[in-house]
Amino acid sequence: MEKREDKQEEEQEQVVNPWEVTAKDGGKIDYDKLIDKFGCQRLEEPLVDRVQRLTGRPAHVFLRRGVFFAHRDFDEILNGYEKGKKFYLYTGRGPSSEALHLGHLVPFMFTKYLQDAFKVPLVIQLTDDEKCMWKNLSVEECQRLARENAKDIIACGFDVTKTFIFSDFDYVGGSFYKNMVRIAKCVTYNKVVGIFGFSGEDHIGKVSFPPIQAAPSFPSSFPHLFSGKDDLRCLIPCAIDQDPYFRMTRDVAPRLGYHKPSLIESSFFPALQGETGKMSASDPNSAIYVTDSAKVIKNKINKYAFSGGQDSIEKHRELGANLEVDIPVKYLSFFLEDDAELEHIKTEYGAGRMLTGEVKKRLADVLTELVDRHRAARAAVTEEMVDAFMAVRPLPNMFD
Amino acid sequence: MGFTKEQLLARLKELGIKFEQYDHPAVLTVEAQAKYVGDKGGGLSKNLFLKDKKSRFYIVSALADTKVDLKVLSQRLGLGKGGIRMAPEEALGQLLQVPLGCVTPFALINESARYVSLLLDKEFKTQPHCFFHPLSNETSISVQASDLDKFLKSIGREPSYVDLEANPPVGKDQPPDLAILVPSGTIDIPDAPENSTSSQAVSEKSIPVQKKCTPASVKSAKPSSADPNAKDKPNNAAPQPNAFVESRLFVDEILKKTTELLLSEISTLTEDVAKQEALAKSVRKHLAPDLQNLTVMFKNTAYTQGFYAGSNCQPKRL
Repeated sequence: MEKREDKQEEEQEQVVNPWEVTAKDGGKIDYDKLIDKFGCQRLEEPLVDRVQRLTGRPAHVFLRRGVFFAHRDFDEILNGYEKGKKFYLYTGRGPSSEALHLGHLVPFMFTKYLQDAFKVPLVIQLTDDEKCMWKNLSVEECQRLARENAKDIIACGFDVTKTFIFSDFDYVGGSFYKNMVRIAKCVTYNKVVGIFGFSGEDHIGKVSFPPIQAAPSFPSSFPHLFSGKDDLRCLIPCAIDQDPYFRMTRDVAPRLGYHKPSLIESSFFPALQGETGKMSASDPNSAIYVTDSAKVIKNKINKYAFSGGQDSIEKHRELGANLEVDIPVKYLSFFLEDDAELEHIKTEYGAGRMLTGEVKKRLADVLTELVDRHRAARAAVTEEMVDAFMAVRPLPNMFD
Repeated sequence: MGFTKEQLLARLKELGIKFEQYDHPAVLTVEAQAKYVGDKGGGLSKNLFLKDKKSRFYIVSALADTKVDLKVLSQRLGLGKGGIRMAPEEALGQLLQVPLGCVTPFALINESARYVSLLLDKEFKTQPHCFFHPLSNETSISVQASDLDKFLKSIGREPSYVDLEANPPVGKDQPPDLAILVPSGTIDIPDAPENSTSSQAVSEKSIPVQKKCTPASVKSAKPSSADPNAKDKPNNAAPQPNAFVESRLFVDEILKKTTELLLSEISTLTEDVAKQEALAKSVRKHLAPDLQNLTVMFKNTAYTQGFYAGSNCQPKRL
């Protein structure tokens, strides 16, 4: 991670950390460079095949299409799994807003697949304290947002008998806090400044937050779930901008006698206006939200989705579309399950035989189906269900 | 597509059921059948396909000599007097998937006959063997009653033997003795004219293909009374929240989605096996994500209720 001293170099390089993601010169994120810089590994096809073999079912769309493209020690997890050693999943969300868009759902959709395919338990951390510290929000508001977000997360289809959702404000304490302190003791002030770019003006809440995100990587943080299972490995599906937290955690783990957590990382979900655009809560047209109706989705795609098609039909038929920058095709590669159909669309559209309108219509159909399904599931989530997911309770069937 | 004679006979062989097979020209009546197999000993069967006022269907299979009084039967089933009559021809093809004159207990092997109730003459048990049509008018097979039972059990049916000539009084203090044989589900058959059997011709050999699909891989083929001209896209209305609370509504939700999709695909159905497989695959592909979501939500709701109950549990009173 770049150090603040190198500010000049930083301006010219791409910036990727938990709070900022910008490409170089307003271009696209260079993922190869990112992998190099971070020091993680590419998730190659043999690994995807291995997952398919071990789980006995087709690999998830996100794996097949390279959405989840990098990892750390994922092969270690698979080695253990082959020998019958289980693991648990850890993912999380910073509940900063009530409105969730498709980009937010991506890691959860993938985590659900992992839970089903490998039959392993999952802990989900809602970092309401982090949002309280970084955004101008009150404690109570953050807690409320955490619960609201929990409902959308539950609607993704997690199994209550294998899932523990917790908010930091509720859960920090006991064994979890003990691990936080153990972790904190291993990381110097200079180190966090180096990793996260804190300055003398940042309040001490921020500085002491990283151990909170690190602690769930260790099974002893959850005595009600994993008591006696100190050997259990942890797999963390997340977006690649979270890598810094877990680089720090992996550094600390051996010193505490714990396994290093493994990671499986995704690329960024592009904004409707294109890879260079920013998905921001202040611009509702930069993303498709889970509350959008079919009409709104269709409208947003038609009006705002950046097209790689040519300006005129004649030119388009001659030159074909620019698939590199075309957003509808990008979105389809995330959400269109049928590999053959996607290939067909790419070929035809790239050759200019298919028009932008057609591609956008297909995308609208796919997304509407997804959003409708999510909304229906969301409507079935009650306050009692949230309570059940968030209760500190044992999960006796978590490996079934 | 309904089972063929060959498929049925193969199944009987698989089950280890001994039968004698007699092929003859097509017959529509017991008298005609008697001309060919009447001298083989054993009992010829007469088979009636009946329907009550609530569209519930019954096969009554009896020895040719047994007197069957429909009025009495109707009362014994608890349907009142005159509550039962012969089923219309369309129903024969739709539910039993056999041609005219070919009603037989073996027709229950078809999924479409799931809700058809079977009444067997207890006199069958007095015969060394009895004759039935194995889904074709051009063949009769003789089987022992015990082997017929074996077959029925293999398709998930409990054989019900009835004294068909009995006439017990039915009144306030004497409940109808055959009431339990009334099927629990009603069956609606679309009245579209193109669905009626046209097998008036005696020479028609094969079972007419009806505009109804029963791919074996689809679990429920409960005919629905939805409009046969249903639009292509299945209705994606959100299930009522109660669907996750009550299991009957939950299953209804599943069946509703299944039949909607089936009906919308019927228009593309042909006899082509490849097409049928593609249909079944399409059903699975489209239904799987929705059903999975529904199932997970059902499980979560059930757990939540249990959890709530557990956490609000009062200590035992002493």
